[in-house]
Amino acid sequence: MELKAVGTAGTLESSDVMITIEPAQDGGIVLTDFQSSVINQYGRQIKAEVLASLERLGVKNAKVVVNDHGALDCTIKARVECAYYRACQADVDGVYDWGGVIR
Amino acid sequence: MKNAVGREIPAEALAVELKNGRKYEPYQGKGYRDGKYIKKAGPTTKIYENPKESKLLPSIREAVIACGLKDGMTVSFHHHFRDGDYIVNMVMKEIVDLGIKDITIAASSLGSAHDPIADYIEQGIVTGIQTSGIRGRMGDVVSHGKLKTPAILRSHGGRVRAVEEGDVHIDVAFIGAPTSDEYGNARALGGKGDCGVLSYAVPDSEYADKVVVITDTLVPYPNFPPSIHGVNVDYVVKVDEIGNPKKIASAAARMTQNPRDLMMAENTAKVIAACPWFKEGFSFQTGAGGPSLAVNRFLEPFMDEIGGITGPICELQRKGLVGKIIDVQDFDVAAIEDIRTNPNHFEMTASEYANPANKGAFVNKLDFVVLAALEVDIDFNVNVITGSDGVLRGAPGGHPDTAEGAKCCIIVTPLTRGRMATICEKVVTVTTPGDCVDVLVTDYGTAVNPARKDIIAALDAAGIKHVPIKELQEKAYSLVGRPDDLQWEDKVVAILEARDGTILDVVKKIKPYQI
Repeated sequence: MELKAVGTAGTLESSDVMITIEPAQDGGIVLTDFQSSVINQYGRQIKAEVLASLERLGVKNAKVVVNDHGALDCTIKARVECAYYRACQADVDGVYDWGGVIR
Repeated sequence: MKNAVGREIPAEALAVELKNGRKYEPYQGKGYRDGKYIKKAGPTTKIYENPKESKLLPSIREAVIACGLKDGMTVSFHHHFRDGDYIVNMVMKEIVDLGIKDITIAASSLGSAHDPIADYIEQGIVTGIQTSGIRGRMGDVVSHGKLKTPAILRSHGGRVRAVEEGDVHIDVAFIGAPTSDEYGNARALGGKGDCGVLSYAVPDSEYADKVVVITDTLVPYPNFPPSIHGVNVDYVVKVDEIGNPKKIASAAARMTQNPRDLMMAENTAKVIAACPWFKEGFSFQTGAGGPSLAVNRFLEPFMDEIGGITGPICELQRKGLVGKIIDVQDFDVAAIEDIRTNPNHFEMTASEYANPANKGAFVNKLDFVVLAALEVDIDFNVNVITGSDGVLRGAPGGHPDTAEGAKCCIIVTPLTRGRMATICEKVVTVTTPGDCVDVLVTDYGTAVNPARKDIIAALDAAGIKHVPIKELQEKAYSLVGRPDDLQWEDKVVAILEARDGTILDVVKKIKPYQI
C-alpha cells in the first residue's frame, strides 16, 4: 500500500495521542512537530514507538506530526496504524493485516 | 553531601545565607532538633504612646512610604484569599512603581493569581521568594533560573519556625483582611470577601517590624474578637476590593462520585479502622482532594478534625460524628459559613497548627492524616511540588507537618495518572521525607512502610492485604513504561527545607528537552 493523502487518527484528550501522516516522495520519516505532555520522561520512548510502528508498516518517506497527551504505547501503535491506513485511503473493507503489521 | 533521604545537597545550597546567620545542614532524619532550643527573634516595633495618632492611611502607596520600605527588604503576605487574592499584586505594583528593588517576598503561599510577580522576577526587582506554594508563571520563571537567589520552599509549620527563629526577617507584613477597624483589629468574617480565618497571617503580625492591614470593609471599633490584633498593627488601608469573593471561597466542595476514588477511600478507612488509635475521640485530618476527603464518608465514630476545612467536614459534625473542628484554612463557602455560626468550630494560628518549634502543635496530637501526592517512591518519599517536567507547580503546605506529627500518615493516590507513574523508583523532588510516611493506599493495593511494624501487625491482624511498595512501583512501570530521568543544569533554583530548617532536597534549573 502507498500513502496517498494526509491521514489523521486520535484526539487531543488526555491519555490519547493524535498522529498525522502526510505522504512524501523522499527524505525518510520526518517528525515535523512533536509535542507531549510527558515529553521529559517519555519523549524518547514515544518517538521510538512511532518510528517502530511506521517501520513495521513499511513506511519509508512521510511527514509525521505527533501530539501526545500521555498515551500508553498500545494507544500510540493503534493511532499510528489507523493514521497510516487513512493516509493510504484504505476503505472499510480494506486488507488489514491483523496480527501481522497491526499489533 | 548526601542527606538522610539520600539526596545530594550541593555546597551552593548549604552556603545560602539565612538572616540570623544560622548555617544550613542537610536533613538528618525526623526529630533531629527535638528537645533543642531556639532563641526567638523579636521584631523592632514602633511605640504608639500618642493616643491621637490615627492608623488609617489613604492608600497602599502611602503605607509603603510610611513603613520606610526600601531596597533589599523582605515583605510578607498570606494566602487565605487563594486564587482570588488581589493584595500581593496591588502591593507589589506600588513597591515597584516607587522604584524600590531587590525585594524578597516571604509569603505563606503564592498561587496562579500572582503571575504578575513573574515579571518582577524577570526584571530583577524581586530577587528572593520564600513560600510554600509556587505555581503558574512564577513557578516557570523560577524553574528556568530567572530568580537571583534560590527560592526557599517551606511547609506551613516550617515557615512559622523560620520566622520565629529569624531565618527570615519580615520588614513589612501586608495583611489582607475581610474586615478591620481603624485600629487594625482584623477579622475574616463580615466583609465582602470572607475567608473564614486568618491563621497564616498571625505570625507575620507578631514578628514583622511593620504591619499593614489592608481591607475593603472598615467596621466600627472594636472589631472583636480579632484574628489579627490591633496592638500588632501599624497602619490600616481601605481599598475597593481585597480580592474576588468567588475565588476566595469556592463553591462547596463535593464528595467525589468517582468509583476509583471511593474504592481507595474505603480501603483507607479500613486501614484506619484496623489501627489501635481508632477509638472514640480520635483526631484526624484529611486533604481537600477527592479520595482524601471521601475517607470521611467511611468513618462513623466520633472524631476531632483539624487543619484545612471544607463543607463536607462541617456536615459530619452536624451529624454528631465530629466533636470539634480546629481550623487553619477554609476552602469553601460552607466551611466559612460554619465557622461563623458554629460554636464548636475554632480558628487556630499557623503556629498552633503545625510549627515544629513551639511547645507542641496540633499536628503532634493527630492520630491520622490522609494526604495525596504527585509521586511516592519506593522509600516512601513524597513529592508534591515538581511536575513530571521538573517545573515547580505545587506546595508542601501542611503535608510534611501533619505527616511527621500524626501517629499514622496515609498517602492515597492512584498508581498512575495518565502516563505518569505515581509510584516510582525516585521522586523528582522530596517534599515529605519517607521516614514520616507510614501507609500508601493505591487502586492496585496497599503498602506499609517496613519501619512501622506496629501498623503491619495491626493490618495483618485485621486481615487487610498489603504488598511491598516495590511491587506497586513495578506494576506501575509495567503499565506506563520506565520514565527517563529528567535532565537538569547545575544551578540550584529552589531549596526544599524540612520543617526543622534542614535541607531536604533542592530543585535545579531544568534543561530544555531535545527530542
